[in-house]
Amino acid sequence: MTDLTGYTPHKPPLPESPEQLRARIPGWGVDLSPADRPSHPKLDFRDDLTGAHWEFPERQPEKWPRERSVEHQFLTPVFGTAQPPRGVAGALRRLSYARFSEARAAHWLLLLAADRVDAGGAHLRSLLTLHPDNPVTETGVKGELTHHGASSRLGKNRADVKHQLLDPVIVAGPFVAAAGAGIGAAKALAGALRR
Amino acid sequence: MRAMVYRGPYKVRVEDKDIPAIEHPNDAVVRVTLGAICGSDLHLYHGMMPDTRIGHTFGHEFIGVVHAVGSSVQNLNVGDRVMVPFNIFCGSCWFCARGLYSNCHNVNPNASAIGGIYGYSHTCGGYDGGQAEFVRVPFADVGPALIPDWMSDEDAVLLTDACPTGYFGAQLGEITEGDVVVVFGAGPVGLFAAKSAWLMGAGRVLVVDHLDYRLEKARTFAHAETFNFTEHDDIVLEMKKQTDFLGADVAIDAVGAEADGNLLMHVTSAKLKLQGGSPVALNWAIDAVRKGGTVSVVGAYGPLFSAVKFGDAMNKGLTIRANQCPVKRQWPRLFEHVKNGYLTPSDIVTHRFPLEDIAEGYHVFSAKLDGIIKPLVVPSAA
Repeated sequence: MTDLTGYTPHKPPLPESPEQLRARIPGWGVDLSPADRPSHPKLDFRDDLTGAHWEFPERQPEKWPRERSVEHQFLTPVFGTAQPPRGVAGALRRLSYARFSEARAAHWLLLLAADRVDAGGAHLRSLLTLHPDNPVTETGVKGELTHHGASSRLGKNRADVKHQLLDPVIVAGPFVAAAGAGIGAAKALAGALRR
Repeated sequence: MRAMVYRGPYKVRVEDKDIPAIEHPNDAVVRVTLGAICGSDLHLYHGMMPDTRIGHTFGHEFIGVVHAVGSSVQNLNVGDRVMVPFNIFCGSCWFCARGLYSNCHNVNPNASAIGGIYGYSHTCGGYDGGQAEFVRVPFADVGPALIPDWMSDEDAVLLTDACPTGYFGAQLGEITEGDVVVVFGAGPVGLFAAKSAWLMGAGRVLVVDHLDYRLEKARTFAHAETFNFTEHDDIVLEMKKQTDFLGADVAIDAVGAEADGNLLMHVTSAKLKLQGGSPVALNWAIDAVRKGGTVSVVGAYGPLFSAVKFGDAMNKGLTIRANQCPVKRQWPRLFEHVKNGYLTPSDIVTHRFPLEDIAEGYHVFSAKLDGIIKPLVVPSAA
């Protein structure tokens, strides 16, 4: 920082000369020339196609109707096959892809809604299995004990500590909702049996 | 095989899954020997990325050994030790043919605006990732590269994303000799961006964050001047004071969607998902850079809208450059820098978690405990 008395045409002086920087910092200026930097020039045509021996790749078999953005002309020749859409969340996802382009907020909001439905359903289904969701092990909260949870935060003036208080609400919310729904269903069943 | 799976926001566990199959003649299946958790994985972990499905395996930073290859694979053999860029790309579409590997048009049916990324939701193509014992690697003749004999595993895994992305952040800034460069974020990408800015001839490098231990790393690893924004009423004003009230020549956003510094912005994006990301660091970059300067954005944001101060960007005549890093295009030059000791990727590794303890790893990384900067993931069979 310099003590300028006015805005002039000159670039403010730097605290160190190039020679000083070169001596202090290993490699200073080795990529000073844009020509030494990768991706130069921009959008340069790559004749070797980076190892591709096709102009258009062979198509991967489509084993179920693969959801795709309406902004694509066709199903891309290669695609991920993890977690095919299923259930209510799957129906919401298919609707989002079929009906709305990526330009529409509805597309993304529907997908986010489907994510929450997917998570809630998965939690409920897990309760019927031998491997139910375990909020203690799955949140990794043990790390608070093994990795200095308190001393990492206290007295550090961190900006993120305030909103970290919301995290347990986000984690516990679906479990509380599921428990509430379960209790409600049990009460309704008991009422029906009494009648 | 054992694999990390997503169970909903803030919840992951390790389950048995089938070893991936060859699904295309140019696929390979790689046995993962070392992986990492990326800061951008936390956006998935926190439930911010649309179409992140229950059961998804995250992980786009990994190296391994080729376990199987498809019938058309020519450049790899079973047993080869390979590093795999986080981008999935075909090599031959309009974008790949011009070096924009991160913008490949042939690998992500779910979105045209985003290329393919391992383990990064269906919005990025629906591919399971490398926080597992095995992973499917499409276009094996295009993406992966043999790890040079002289390169360590930890350097190699850092070269699959964090290090090239940081270098790319500096590169997008179009730094010229003597430029004053401000880097927002002292995580792995910000640290590499700061260090790379010197290679391109920066005259000053200033790094802004709120975690003192990361700022300490920015001083020792990246030779930077550091600023804790919680110690300043207005960090943009401090940047103006630091730059003779002109502003920096280049500002780099190495934070992205979960930026702190404004509680309303953070909560509406990271917690309530009403924005594609908290644009605090991006807005600071726009306001801290000088008129006619360049803002480089390598922080990741979701596809929804964000409250960006675009009026300032327009009135200041800024150049805004942004992209996911085309990793493989960076490699030849970065390999030279690693060999010469100018970049030392593994210096930022602070933690190594066994795959079976990955839930703990995610929590520690998410909550920023124990001085964590970069966590690696070691698969059980490695």
